[in-house]
Amino acid sequence: MEWLALVIVIVTLTSAVAVLLLKDFLAALAAFSVVSLGMSVLFVIVRAPDVAMTEAAIGAGLSSLLFALALRRLGLWRSKD
Amino acid sequence: MQRFTSALFLLGLGLLITAIFQHMDFTGTLPIAGDAINAAAAQQTGAANFVTAVVLGYRGFDTLLELTILFTAATAGGLVLGKPRAGAKHDPQAGFILRAGADLFFPLLLVVGLYIIVHGHLTPGGGFQGGVILAVAFFLPLLARPGTPMSHKAVSLIEGLAGASFILIGLLAMFGGEAFLTPMLDKGQPGELLSAGSLPLLYIAVGLKVGSELAGLLAHMAATEASDA
Repeated sequence: MEWLALVIVIVTLTSAVAVLLLKDFLAALAAFSVVSLGMSVLFVIVRAPDVAMTEAAIGAGLSSLLFALALRRLGLWRSKD
Repeated sequence: MQRFTSALFLLGLGLLITAIFQHMDFTGTLPIAGDAINAAAAQQTGAANFVTAVVLGYRGFDTLLELTILFTAATAGGLVLGKPRAGAKHDPQAGFILRAGADLFFPLLLVVGLYIIVHGHLTPGGGFQGGVILAVAFFLPLLARPGTPMSHKAVSLIEGLAGASFILIGLLAMFGGEAFLTPMLDKGQPGELLSAGSLPLLYIAVGLKVGSELAGLLAHMAATEASDA
């Protein structure tokens, strides 16, 4: 179980750094979603299923959706290429 | 200047965290409240899920304020976004995969959301998580077919009724001579679907309120036209 937690921590931290460094807003949003997903798996490992469900539903699902809609509203939806 | 303030902020944050780490004993346990709740929650509230026992049984008033915060945030979001211009063009209809996926997922998400709400006092999850899933379920068809009208009147009606019934259940406890939001009704056998007295009713109210509120907010955000920038 420990190696699984280690892998998830590394993935979560890497995507957290990626959120800061990525220039494309949509890619940063996807990385942000991965952070939430990793956190929710970590919550399951430490036996907090209630918090894990909240994190998965609100963190990974709803807030990413809200951010995506806000990006669309602000016109940052498409990457400039 | 900006760098200086950032450094100052980091320094303050570091000091704060060091202070917290020095004064808190993370190795020892703080079992006072947890043990008491583990011992007493099943008999006192009849809920098999002790998180629900805390959220609605022991700390129902906090949950009411939490709902208020969510309501304020959703209202503020709606206010900032404003109304879409008359004649603003909608997004084009989504592709086949998204449309078919939305049709397939809508009933599934509906069932999962309702299941999580109704079983909130038995298994992990409850009104907030199930409500979010319900909101997403009702948003999916809107994502697949932009421009589909969503009845904001019905949504706010459900939201208002759910919020009012939460407070009403709390007030009914006061008629029995108890404090506001004291769990009522027969506690039943912990683990049965019909148990834990009024806690499932409260969670259904929470789920409907959160679901309708967030569905309204998402529909509102999807309806505003994209900026031309």
